[in-house]
Amino acid sequence: MKKSVLLFMAVLVGIALIALISVYGVDLVAFEIPSYKDGIILGLDLVGGSSITYEADVPAGMPQSEIDAGMLSAEAMLRSRLTAFGYTEAILTRAGSNRIMVSIPKITNPEEAVKMLGSTARLEFRDADENLIMYGSDVKSAKVSIGSVGDNAISQPYVSMEINPDSYEKFRLATKEAAQKASEGKNYIAIYLDNELQSSPTVEAGFAANGLDPTQGVSITVGGSSEQAKNLAALISIGQMPFDLKQVELRAVGSILGEKALETSIMAGAIGLALVLVFMLVVYRLPGLMADLALLAYAAIMVMLLSAFRVNLTLPGIAGIILTIGMAVDANIIIFARFKEEMRLGKTIRAAVDAGYRRALSAIIDSNITTIIAAVILLMFGTGPIQGFAITLIIGIALSMFTVLVISRFLLNRMVDMNVTNPKLYGV
Amino acid sequence: MINIKYVKNFKFSIILSVFLMAAGVVGLVLLPFGVSLFNLSIDFLGGTLMQYDLHTTMDTEKLGEISRMVEDITGESPTVQRSGDTGVMIKTVDIDTDTREAVQRALEAKYTVTLLTSENVSASVGADLRDSAIMSVIIASVLMLVYIAIRFEFKSGLAAVLGLIHDVLIMLSVYVIFQIPVDINIIATMLCILAYSINASIVLFDRIRENRRYMPKTEFAEIVDTSTNQTITRNINTTITTLLVLGMIIILGVQSIRDFAIPLAVGLAAGSFSSLFIVGPIWSSFRGKTKEKA
Repeated sequence: MKKSVLLFMAVLVGIALIALISVYGVDLVAFEIPSYKDGIILGLDLVGGSSITYEADVPAGMPQSEIDAGMLSAEAMLRSRLTAFGYTEAILTRAGSNRIMVSIPKITNPEEAVKMLGSTARLEFRDADENLIMYGSDVKSAKVSIGSVGDNAISQPYVSMEINPDSYEKFRLATKEAAQKASEGKNYIAIYLDNELQSSPTVEAGFAANGLDPTQGVSITVGGSSEQAKNLAALISIGQMPFDLKQVELRAVGSILGEKALETSIMAGAIGLALVLVFMLVVYRLPGLMADLALLAYAAIMVMLLSAFRVNLTLPGIAGIILTIGMAVDANIIIFARFKEEMRLGKTIRAAVDAGYRRALSAIIDSNITTIIAAVILLMFGTGPIQGFAITLIIGIALSMFTVLVISRFLLNRMVDMNVTNPKLYGV
Repeated sequence: MINIKYVKNFKFSIILSVFLMAAGVVGLVLLPFGVSLFNLSIDFLGGTLMQYDLHTTMDTEKLGEISRMVEDITGESPTVQRSGDTGVMIKTVDIDTDTREAVQRALEAKYTVTLLTSENVSASVGADLRDSAIMSVIIASVLMLVYIAIRFEFKSGLAAVLGLIHDVLIMLSVYVIFQIPVDINIIATMLCILAYSINASIVLFDRIRENRRYMPKTEFAEIVDTSTNQTITRNINTTITTLLVLGMIIILGVQSIRDFAIPLAVGLAAGSFSSLFIVGPIWSSFRGKTKEKA
């Protein structure tokens, strides 16, 4: 009896603790959950912003490998442009084989962004005094290799370029000159995209003097990781992107509308939740109260998980959460309806509670599995906001099963342990 | 104790259903003939949709003027509607970024303009969205049918799917009657309704499965009636709680989320109705008047 009271209180404290974590966040060693304000990423439809989808205008018959390489360059180009314009929160996503979606939060003029991001790239190679050596279009290909370069015996990642014969001599001379200016600190080649300096790889003395055959290409070493070499190769390849980017989809939401959408949804969710809590209490009395506690636990854990997984919350996502509130309640209703029937058959409270949960289990599991099937299909075939909806639906279903089958059941059993057995309290 | 004879009164339920489904059915049938009763959004057709707040009360005259202005720029006649008291919604064919900017500039020359939304979908993306929408609904329905067929029996799965089609058709009626824009969110709405309706049917099937064990000598139709009466409270209470939340969204929400919530609410109510009055009797008629063997 005493133990039951303690366990019951412990669960309540646990729920309160989770609610506090979801509001304020927690940061212990190796265990960090951000507060809901920092953790939940609000979708563009809630904060305002634009999502722009570009499609590669691929010439007929281009092999997939070439398209893939071109797409990498396109991503590199978009990324550097986004950074140059200060859209640091922007997200790039590949969609299908030849589309890229750019999501930019809080941008006020979408059309400007469409033009700025999608325009044809101007890539230039300049020397340390900013004199033009050649254009990006003079490079035939650029790829990452690993090996020793020039006099340097250490194996390291580097970018090798194949340059058009017309420009090869110019580039060779420029690198040779640069290599000789090591004492002035001018031994590098500067790579500019849209007049913004992107990279300035160092020219090694041995490599510049090598006088490589044009057909064998020229290599540029970059100190550091293969990741840096890969980025450099993608950057250089922008100059020969084999296709133009065409904007095929644009969705822009003004910030005023976004804010209003968020505000009203939270309000609707809160009032709706309150109404459900009252309904459950009135119709199911004491078990209803336990279900209400479980539902509060559900809401708190949901917010915590959304922050922990940094879920991108969209308007349909909110709708998904609100729907799963309904499903969490549904499982309780199935059980309690069952429980009341068992009571009417003359069973004791304890036996009726047990039978209620046991007999309702198959219906709850079967119905939740079919919903999960639908959600997984949405996740696989849907786009952007629809996937957001599917994710919240999946989290919500799993969570609702847990809160109902574990939390509300545990609380109700403790109530029975405490000899709270007046049938009126159970609505019978 | 509730005691409704669902199987015997099936003809009345079906009359009501047919009445509710009519608009959706007509809308679907006419679609292949190029007549659309639906307010199809640019998501599936491709096109451009721009909404601005112009901070001045919109009247027919101003809307006409804006319409002519947009036509001058785009060369095609647009759909121009009032959106809220001071807003305007302009729907055109798929136009490029320069043209879209020109439209906004022209508006800015006359009004104080605040961008609400701007959407542009090319025909190819529209076709992809439509294909993935149809695909996901079909695959999800088939998989749910398979699951039910395994857990219960094929005839019950078939009855449940007929119930689903019934619910979706009623939902489509809502789109037709209230001219709610049919956009990409319809996939989420539809699958939600499918899942909810299947839920309700499964709770019923589960009860029928159990009762068949206890009532081996009873006619199947009677088992259906008894089981439905045993689960009707659950069915209605669940629908009420969900509609409480959805109702708040419909009352308080912004237009885009209301467009999502209204068909959903009606679809869920339809799902509740079909799992009570349609699915059980259909399963019963599939089985004929066989008595359960012990």
